Amino acid sequence: MTLLSLHNVTKRFGGLTAVNGLTFDLAAGETVGLLGPNGSGKTTALNMISGYLPVSDGAIALSGDTISTLGPERIAHRGVARTFQLVRALPSLSVGENVLAALAFRKEPVWGKAAEARIGALLADVGLAGRADQPADSLTYIDLKRMELARALASDPKLLLLDEWLAGLNPTELRAGIDLITSLRQRGITILLVEHVMDAVRALCSRCVVMNAGTKIADGPTSEVLADPEVIRAYLGEDHA
Amino acid sequence: MMKLALALIALVALAFVPAFAGPYPLGLGIGILGYGVLATAWAMFSGPTRYISLATVAFFGLGAYTVAVLADVLPYPLVLVVAALVGLIVALIVGLATLRLAGIYFVIFTFGLTELVRQLVTYYEVNVTRTLGRYVFLPLEPEHIYWQLLALLAATLAIAFWVRRSRIGLALRVIGDDPVVASHLGVRITRTKLTLFSISCVIMTLAGAIQAPRWTYIEPSIVFNPTTSFLVVIMALLGGPNRLFGPLLGAVPLFLLFEWLSANFPNHYSIILGLLFIAIVFVLPNGVLAAGDSLWSRLTRKAVQS
Ligand SMILES: Nc1ncnc2c1ncn2[C@@H]1O[C@H](COP(=O)(O)OP(=O)(O)O)[C@@H](O)[C@H]1O
Ligand SMILES: [Mg+2]
Repeated sequence: MTLLSLHNVTKRFGGLTAVNGLTFDLAAGETVGLLGPNGSGKTTALNMISGYLPVSDGAIALSGDTISTLGPERIAHRGVARTFQLVRALPSLSVGENVLAALAFRKEPVWGKAAEARIGALLADVGLAGRADQPADSLTYIDLKRMELARALASDPKLLLLDEWLAGLNPTELRAGIDLITSLRQRGITILLVEHVMDAVRALCSRCVVMNAGTKIADGPTSEVLADPEVIRAYLGEDHA
Repeated sequence: MMKLALALIALVALAFVPAFAGPYPLGLGIGILGYGVLATAWAMFSGPTRYISLATVAFFGLGAYTVAVLADVLPYPLVLVVAALVGLIVALIVGLATLRLAGIYFVIFTFGLTELVRQLVTYYEVNVTRTLGRYVFLPLEPEHIYWQLLALLAATLAIAFWVRRSRIGLALRVIGDDPVVASHLGVRITRTKLTLFSISCVIMTLAGAIQAPRWTYIEPSIVFNPTTSFLVVIMALLGGPNRLFGPLLGAVPLFLLFEWLSANFPNHYSIILGLLFIAIVFVLPNGVLAAGDSLWSRLTRKAVQS
C-alpha cells in the first residue's frame, strides 16, 4: 500500500530549480534512503513534504490525499513528523517540555499526567532517560538530535522524515543511532532518510532514491543503486567515473 | 495552594487601602493598579512570543473613549461590556494585520497603528461630532475606581496563571522559540497568537475604560499618549515578562519613579524614558529578575564545578 507519493514535484527559487519533477512512491512500512551530493535538493524535497515550503509544481499525496496544498500544522496532524538538518531545539524550554510540545498539539492531544508518562518513555527510547527537567539549551549536539527525534516520535507519526540525523555521530553513537532507527522501522513507521553515512544507508534502507542537481537519477534496491555508475559519478565527480 | 492563599490575603488587604489612604496615596494606588494590569496583560502575550507591542495605549485609549462617548447613554456596566467588545474587535483587526510580521516590523507597526487610531478618533471627533474633548461625569469616587481596578488586576493575574498552565500558554512559548518548529508540531500559529493577543487587548481596553472617570475631561492626546505604551514595556521587561508577578513587581517601583521624574524633571522626562526603554529592550529582554536568576545559576554552577 502506498503511503507517500510524489508526482512531478518541483521547487524553484527564483531562477534556480532546486527540485525538478521529482516522482517516487513510498510503501507503508518502507525505509527509503534519499541520497545525493550536497545541494542536490534533498532537504528541499523534505521541506515540501512536511509543508515548510509550498511546491512550485506537482503534487504530494499521503495515503491518497493531496497534502501539498496544506500547511505544516495540518500535515503534522495527518501523521508526518520530521527532524531538521540543523537541529531546531526549543531553547527556552526544558527537554521534557520540548517533547510535551509535540504531544500537546497532536490531533488527539496528550496532556497532564498522561503526557508525563509518555515523555519519560520517549526520552528513554532515545537514550535521554531522566533528563526531562534539564534546559534544552544545555544539551550537547548529539543529545539535541536525540531530543529532536523524541519530539518527532511523540506525534506517533506514520511517516518520519530524517534529514541527516546520523551526521556528526562518533562510531559508537552511530551504532546506537542505527539500532534506534531499526527499532522504529520494526514498529512499522515509514521512514524517508536523507543520509550521507553509507554504512547506515546499507544497514537501514532496502531501497534508495538518488538525486543530482534536483533531478532523480536512480531509484531501486540499495545495493544496485550504490553500484550504479551514474550514482558514483554524481557522488565522486566526473574524474572518478 | 500556599501561594493562592497568600494572593487572596493580599487581595483582601489591598481592598481595605481606600479606608486608610488619603486622596494622594489613593491616586498613586490607582496608578499602580492601572499599570499593573496593563503590564501583566502586555506580558501575557508579549512575554512568551517576544513580540514587543507598542499598541497598549491604543486599546487603553479606546476603552477610555468608549466610556466618554457612552457614559450618558448606557448604564455603566453595559458601557464596560461595549468597551470590551470594541477592544476585542480592534484587537482582531490589528492582530490579523500585524501578527504575521516579526521583530522590529511588529514593533513599528503597532506603534504606527496606535497613531492611526488616535488620528481616526481625532478626525471623527473634529469632523463628525465637532467636539475634540469630552467630559466624563460618572458618579464614581476614586475608591470605586480603585476597587474596580483591583478586581481587574485579580482577574488578569488569574487569567495569566491559567494561560501559563494551559496548552495555549505552551503553544505561545513554542511559537516564541521557533515558529517553524511550532507549525511542524501541529500548533495553529495564527489562531493561538490572535487568541492571546485579543485577551490581552481586551484587558487593556477595560483598564482604560475603568480609569476614564478619573480625568473628567478626555481628549485624544491625553488617553492615546504613546508614553504609556513605552512605560508598560519597560515595566514588564524590567520585572520579567515570563513570570506571573514579574510585570506587576516591575510596575510598582517604576510607576513611583516616573511619577517622581515627571514631577521633578518634566523637561527631561521623555529623554530618560527613551534611554531606559532602549537599555532595557537591548540589555535585559528577559527582565531584571531573570538576569538575577541566570547570574545566580552561573555562580552556583561555577561553585559546583570548582
Ligand atoms: N530557501 C531557499 N532559497 C533559495 N535557495 C535555496 C533555498 N533552500 C535551498 N536552496 C537551494 O536549493 C538547492 C538545493 O538545496 P538543498 O535542498 O538544501 O540540498 P541538499 O539538502 O540536497 O544538500 C541548493 O542550491 C540551495 O542553495
Ligand atoms: Mg540538506
